Amino acid sequence: MLVLNTFANWNWVLITDKLILIGILFAVALGIAAYSTLAERKIAAFMQDRIGPDRAGFFGILQPIVDGVKSIMKEEIIPGRAHKFLFILGPCIFMTVALMTYAIIPWGKDLFINGKPFSLQLADLNVGILYSFAIVSLGVYGIMIGGWASNNKFSLLGAVRASTQMISYELAMGLSLIPIVMMASSLSLRDITEAQAGWNWNIFYQPLAFIIFFTCALAECNRTPFDLAETESELIGGYHTEYSSMKLALFLFGEYVNVFVSATIISILFLGGYHFPGMENLGLSPNWLSIVSICTLFAKIFFMIFVFMWIRWTIPRFRYDQLMKLGWQIFIPLCILNILATGLVMTLFTR
Amino acid sequence: MQALTNRSKVVSNKKLSFLERLYIPAILGGLKITLGHFFKKKVTLKYPEVKREFAPVYRGMHVLKRDEEGRENCTACGLCAVACPAEAITMEAAERMEGEEGLYREEKYAAKYEINMLRCIYCGLCEEACPKDAIYLTDRLVPSEYTREGFVYGKDLLVEKMDDRIDVSERKKKTFK
Repeated sequence: MLVLNTFANWNWVLITDKLILIGILFAVALGIAAYSTLAERKIAAFMQDRIGPDRAGFFGILQPIVDGVKSIMKEEIIPGRAHKFLFILGPCIFMTVALMTYAIIPWGKDLFINGKPFSLQLADLNVGILYSFAIVSLGVYGIMIGGWASNNKFSLLGAVRASTQMISYELAMGLSLIPIVMMASSLSLRDITEAQAGWNWNIFYQPLAFIIFFTCALAECNRTPFDLAETESELIGGYHTEYSSMKLALFLFGEYVNVFVSATIISILFLGGYHFPGMENLGLSPNWLSIVSICTLFAKIFFMIFVFMWIRWTIPRFRYDQLMKLGWQIFIPLCILNILATGLVMTLFTR
Repeated sequence: MQALTNRSKVVSNKKLSFLERLYIPAILGGLKITLGHFFKKKVTLKYPEVKREFAPVYRGMHVLKRDEEGRENCTACGLCAVACPAEAITMEAAERMEGEEGLYREEKYAAKYEINMLRCIYCGLCEEACPKDAIYLTDRLVPSEYTREGFVYGKDLLVEKMDDRIDVSERKKKTFK
């Protein structure tokens, strides 16, 4: 009876709303991640004066599907001495965790369906930033477990590198966001977005924090110039050396999901989220305004994804000691200075 | 030493300036370069549809020529085989019989003529050695095969077909003979 009562007391409208939104987000996230793989290859090709994949459909538009089918059809090999359970768990954790951050992203202004507001955010957590950090740092478990369970020294080295790198850059990343939290006086991503209406984007107030956060995001995603965890020339692919078939694809795919997450978070924290200047003066109905705001956010996200790839095909890989030095000796002191400076300016000028 | 070009730079060990140590200007410079290449004309040719033109002196698969009346030029003198540094060419000579005047230009001809395309280094010495205008290298490529034996090309593949004559006039002009 108790169980039945609990069920009856649930807000079914809210649950169905959220489930629909989850479904849409899931499809959008995976779709964008899939097409990021194509975009990456195309951008790499264009920057190297090549054309890139263009045989599967016009402009290679079907390439991600072809790649996916190919990955599924490939033989799956689990190494003989690998820890079977953890070996399978690794990519699962990596992918799941990569997708979990979407829960707190405000995708746009509320839609109005039959006069009722329909929030485009799964959960407006008041500790949104903390949640995203907690989840993002869980991602290293997938790499660590996968690398360890492979029973291969290269995988283990890659995993160790990934975890040290993530732990080091997590600190600078968190510290670089404190000035933004101070300015918005809130940890909720929606509040931070709302504080950036018009031209009040955080990138103009906190350029240093932006640079540090962006660099740390590159490091967290294990992308060049910080892809020391999967250096193919030294570590033969690092933590995913032993992986094959769809499990490998999950790792590689998870990386692109992470890139999408990072681009989203950067857009929201620094580039004004779904705001653009003059949005309120367009005289649109709330629903149209909501759609425009979603498009704005996605334009910013795509631009950031492009920048991620642009940097990948420009800057060579860092050396390991340079990476550690940059994280611990340069970024963390700079972050602390930035916090102090922000505090000083806020006390002197706003009160 | 006198410099040959003005592109050389004197290497120095001077300390990096603050701006250089910041690394950000260097990154932006790199980003500018890659973005410039992003919009440049692409050098890729879409191969099966578009083919790159070979130089007129390109040395590809061989052809054994026939004359205007369709008679084989080769007399199996063996000079090409002697000239070949890779020893890729072998042949067997035979005497032309009565009634075969339409097939072979002179009284002696190659009954068997084989080039091992795996041994061949495409140097073109065979066509230089040939006194009878018989062998030429063309701009055709040797296709891939599944077995090594497949690369030993006999007369069936080397002698040009009458309905598919291969034009070597350009090549005759460009080479030094």
